[in-house]
Amino acid sequence: MSPSGFLQAVLLVVALGVTVPSLGRYLASVYGAGHTTSLRGDRVFLPVERRLYRWFGVDPAREQRWSGYALSLLAFSTVCFLAVYVLQRMQGVLPFNPTDRGGVSPQGAFNTAVSFVTNTNWQWYSGEQTMSHLTQMVGLTVQNFVSAAAGMAVAIAVIRGIVRAGGSTLGNFWVDLTRTITRVLLPLAAMLALALVSQGVIQNLDGSTAVRPLDGVATGQAEQLIPGGPVASQVAIKQLGSNGGGFFNANSAHPFENPTGLANFLSLWAILALPLALVVAYGVMVGSRREARVLLAVMAAIWLSLSAVTMLSEQHGNAALAELGVDQGMSADQVGGNLEGKEVRAGPATCGLWAGATTGTSNGSVNCMHDSFTALGGLAPMVHMMLGEVSPGGVGVGLMGMLVYALLAVFIAGLMVGRTPEFLGKKVQAAEMKLIVLYIVAMPAALLGFAAAAVLLPSVQAGLQTQDAHGLSEVLYNYASAANNNGSAFAYVNTGTDWYTTTQGIAMLVGRFFLIIPALAIGGSLVRKQRTPVTAGTFPTDTPLFGGLIVGVVVIVAGLTFFPALALGPIVEHHAR
Amino acid sequence: MSTAIPERPPRARTRPAATRTVIDPAVAGAALRESIRKLHPHAMMRNPVMFIVEIGSVLTTCFLLRDVATADAASNAFNAAVSAWLWFTVIFANFAEAMAEGRGRAQADTLRATRADTMARVRLPDGTEVTRPSAALDVGDHCVVSAGEIIPGDGDVVEGIATVDESAITGESAPVVRESGGDRSAVTGGTRVLSDQIVVQITARPGESFLDRMIALVEGAGRQKTPNEVALSILLTGLTIMFLLAVVTLQPFAIYFGAEQEMVVLVALLVCLIPTTIGGLLSAIGIAGMDRLVQRNVLALSGRAVEAAGDVSTLLLDKTGTITFGSRQAAEFIPVHGVTVEELAEVAMLSSLADETPEGRSIVALAIERFGLVPPDRPDAVMVPFTAQTRMSGMDFPADRHGPERRVRKGAGDSARRWALEAGGSVPLELGPIVDSVSSDGATPLVVIDDTRILGVVRLKDTVKPGMTERFEQLRAMGIRTVMITGDNPLTAAAIAREAGVDDYLAEATPEDKMALIRREQAGGNLVAMTGDGTNDAPALAQADVGVAMNTGTQAAKEAGNMVDLDSNPTKLIEIVEIGKQLLITRGALTTFSIANDVAKYFAIIPAMFSGVLPALEALDVMQLGSARSAIVSAVVFNALIIVALIPLALRGVTFRPDGAAAVLRRNLLVYGLGGLIAPFVGIKLIDVLVVAIGVH
Repeated sequence: MSPSGFLQAVLLVVALGVTVPSLGRYLASVYGAGHTTSLRGDRVFLPVERRLYRWFGVDPAREQRWSGYALSLLAFSTVCFLAVYVLQRMQGVLPFNPTDRGGVSPQGAFNTAVSFVTNTNWQWYSGEQTMSHLTQMVGLTVQNFVSAAAGMAVAIAVIRGIVRAGGSTLGNFWVDLTRTITRVLLPLAAMLALALVSQGVIQNLDGSTAVRPLDGVATGQAEQLIPGGPVASQVAIKQLGSNGGGFFNANSAHPFENPTGLANFLSLWAILALPLALVVAYGVMVGSRREARVLLAVMAAIWLSLSAVTMLSEQHGNAALAELGVDQGMSADQVGGNLEGKEVRAGPATCGLWAGATTGTSNGSVNCMHDSFTALGGLAPMVHMMLGEVSPGGVGVGLMGMLVYALLAVFIAGLMVGRTPEFLGKKVQAAEMKLIVLYIVAMPAALLGFAAAAVLLPSVQAGLQTQDAHGLSEVLYNYASAANNNGSAFAYVNTGTDWYTTTQGIAMLVGRFFLIIPALAIGGSLVRKQRTPVTAGTFPTDTPLFGGLIVGVVVIVAGLTFFPALALGPIVEHHAR
Repeated sequence: MSTAIPERPPRARTRPAATRTVIDPAVAGAALRESIRKLHPHAMMRNPVMFIVEIGSVLTTCFLLRDVATADAASNAFNAAVSAWLWFTVIFANFAEAMAEGRGRAQADTLRATRADTMARVRLPDGTEVTRPSAALDVGDHCVVSAGEIIPGDGDVVEGIATVDESAITGESAPVVRESGGDRSAVTGGTRVLSDQIVVQITARPGESFLDRMIALVEGAGRQKTPNEVALSILLTGLTIMFLLAVVTLQPFAIYFGAEQEMVVLVALLVCLIPTTIGGLLSAIGIAGMDRLVQRNVLALSGRAVEAAGDVSTLLLDKTGTITFGSRQAAEFIPVHGVTVEELAEVAMLSSLADETPEGRSIVALAIERFGLVPPDRPDAVMVPFTAQTRMSGMDFPADRHGPERRVRKGAGDSARRWALEAGGSVPLELGPIVDSVSSDGATPLVVIDDTRILGVVRLKDTVKPGMTERFEQLRAMGIRTVMITGDNPLTAAAIAREAGVDDYLAEATPEDKMALIRREQAGGNLVAMTGDGTNDAPALAQADVGVAMNTGTQAAKEAGNMVDLDSNPTKLIEIVEIGKQLLITRGALTTFSIANDVAKYFAIIPAMFSGVLPALEALDVMQLGSARSAIVSAVVFNALIIVALIPLALRGVTFRPDGAAAVLRRNLLVYGLGGLIAPFVGIKLIDVLVVAIGVH
């Protein structure tokens, strides 16, 4: 591994270790842990929020049951979907369209609307060539904020289900949504956007600027178009909110999105900070730091080990090239490793670190071409997504998934202490089990179902790079990304076809709502239960042993489901060399 | 009606569990037949996991038959082997359930023999008697039962008193007394009156009697799945769906590589992956758990209660008879000033010579033990019994050659004082403080008087049964709080509680107090277990999560509780909790084992499936199995055999050691989690070696 890549990883862990705890405690205070009457920051934010509540007719004091919470979320998502869909279709006649982009096709608009509403930010299109500035700002960037906030609200509601005993309500969706945006995402995104601008990320409303390239004669290109646009404002929230949809097609490999080493580092921090901080907030809300520490350790262990796999295999280079006698070693003027699809200024290890962060969090922004990874280097991000995006997962939904896995781990192994299973004093019974099963079956069903259908389609096969193990990996990766709301791609494949835009749109909807609704229902079921007091006979959930158990359950459940597919894809590809 | 005393049925149930082999050959034979009968789809549908295996067996058999003419010998042998072993998998699972049920069936037959052909003498309101078969009795009928006759149905004695042999139900051969009124009025149908005559008012319809319920219970018939079992079944079904998904989508991926799989292979993979081990043993574990209770003479009237027993976090134990022997025993002689302790001991002994109460006998025993005193042979002495008026007892010794007439007494402090003063004696100053200090320790002071002279005090103390302190220690380690319930005053209660090592006590407890305590504990999220026998215990028994009624108790108590202890031994509550925990641990251990097993099966089957087409996958063949077919057959065989191998564990239950949850978890995860991961690698490899040896390629 290159020293700079390694250094970046260490610095990232340190930076997160320093900032995440206080950010987490702040989050807990935003969601009213401890105080119900007045919160820190009310003086600044409450007047704005009150006005919003009045406009939308929300009674902030009225709490909702899980079903009301879920219906509010669905209604909100539907309205957002329609708004983004119509905006794309109409963008040709709307203002802020300096490059004269026409309306997007129905399938394409459907896919993109679903993609941004579900916090996936899968992009079948290239941003600078398809979307007007208005669509990017009012449609996509707004969704970056609200879809992230909705995910965080859901996680908080599920936590309330665990924390509260004998009630029936989980909070108010509109209040949680509003507070998340006003008190967390907007301030953080504003700060990050300014920091990115300082590094050279652009922020303007210009169209393309035509310049004469220096090597124009040599390349036969008389003119090059340099795109403009409100980039920093979108990039900041795309990283913070596990969104990942780039302003440009090249995403964070584009110099206007990710110009410097510091910008790269800030982006990595932003990708991981909120998902991890929510776990700290969870610890505050349940009143046990140790509980949070176990989940953090589980997330960190999976994230770091899978990141290391990609970093090491990319730095190790391409075995086929090595056979040809190509030197892929690192030297004073060579970063070494597998450089296909990577920016030389980033290098293989930095790309591997980013790949781990972006697939571990359902973020999906990329700073290199994942399709060009070595077999193992590509296997790790794929596995990261197939684990269900829980290490640490997207903002909110990652923690939500981890809690579902914790409940499952408690249920499978909890019996072994001689009590019926309970998690933080709440019994896990048939009602929860049904919902957990729904939760864990939905994502694999969408992923494997569509991938299996796709590989048999001649049109899909024709679009693959090669019709062998790597082709299967491409299909698997793309559906893993959609069904887990990640958004990154093995992007050789043209996914702008009707088949892809439609099936991936459905996969994204399943991956979002077929997980969120059962999870909210679990919260609704748990919130009614009395808390069993902790005794020496209670299954301990704040120990390293339980952490190991969760890792085991996460890996075995996902492993057993996806092992055959992975064996035929990346594993065959790796051993075929 | 027959007055001949029927042969007492052989006692099947009362042998201690340890002496019974887990697999009884006679039971096994019947179970084997039963497991074939259970193949009926209607019966299989109750267990989704095994139902899928049965469908798989039918499918592979169909493919075998379809291809038998066209395929080569090796293919036919492979198809036949897979089909056969899939059928074995189903049959083995059925066998486990049938074994568990079979163990109860023998006992049920014995009980049924008791119930069979009883005739009842019904006394009509006008006083005349008619004879009617017991099956035709109605609730409210009055039946006359004389010595030697079988009581025709459950009911209460409304007239008379009799000794009753209840061994058919309890296995206990000593007869018990049943009389009208009070807490000993309940009689059970099928038991036999040994002496005297009683009139029984029938309280249970024929077919719904205690005996009927008992038969149904030990047979496991009409068994309802318990809540946790339901939840676990949901998980197993969910996992089955996931694996179905993984296997069904594998075929398109295989076709993509031009390696379309035979259906037999896909079915084999599916069956190996779905949790057949726990799916096949789940109901057997539940039935065996109930059976373990029956072994200890406890009838759980619902499986839910057995499960709740594992969850109990508060145990209410009656002091008397459960924690202590219930009789006060002499612990110490405390003389007043100027009296030697030997003199006090001797007089105390004299006063108790003819006293047959446990207290009296313990005084004599203590005097002999401490001071080597010899009780004098004085047949002429006259015993003065205890009365509620005098509150004293003692002996009058007429004058003889050893000395003059002598009256010795022992009794409560104030009575003794009065006696001494009336007899012209005096009360030593320090008597008051001694009496008070003994009382404040929770013990009972008995003042000893020799004619007019007060000699001192015998300290009587309720004795905690040996081993109880350790039991409570273990319970505490398991996270269970014990609360002692007693009618004693708070001082006495506190002293006994301290000595026994219970966590809390409820003194001067009324039934209402008990009820309030249970409600309070439950409101705090605790699950409460208690025992009771009286009618006034009934509401509390019903309220408790685990209410164990004593068989000697009233019908009301037995109706209210969810378990009945036929031995009427309240200490058994602790064992019941342990059995509940053991049941849950067994279920969890086998679930973990079953899921962990799958890892090895993937490593066996996936490389085998694509051995010809994708040589790269040979890297996954870590077991280096003989051939593709031998690998698949070995995995299927292992999958079937592991069920058989685990039947004894399912029936016997995982070894339970009382310990904290963290320690228990660590141990079981190591054995069943890690063991479950490793065992199939070894097992499949061994079977593969055998399979290759007999020539499967």
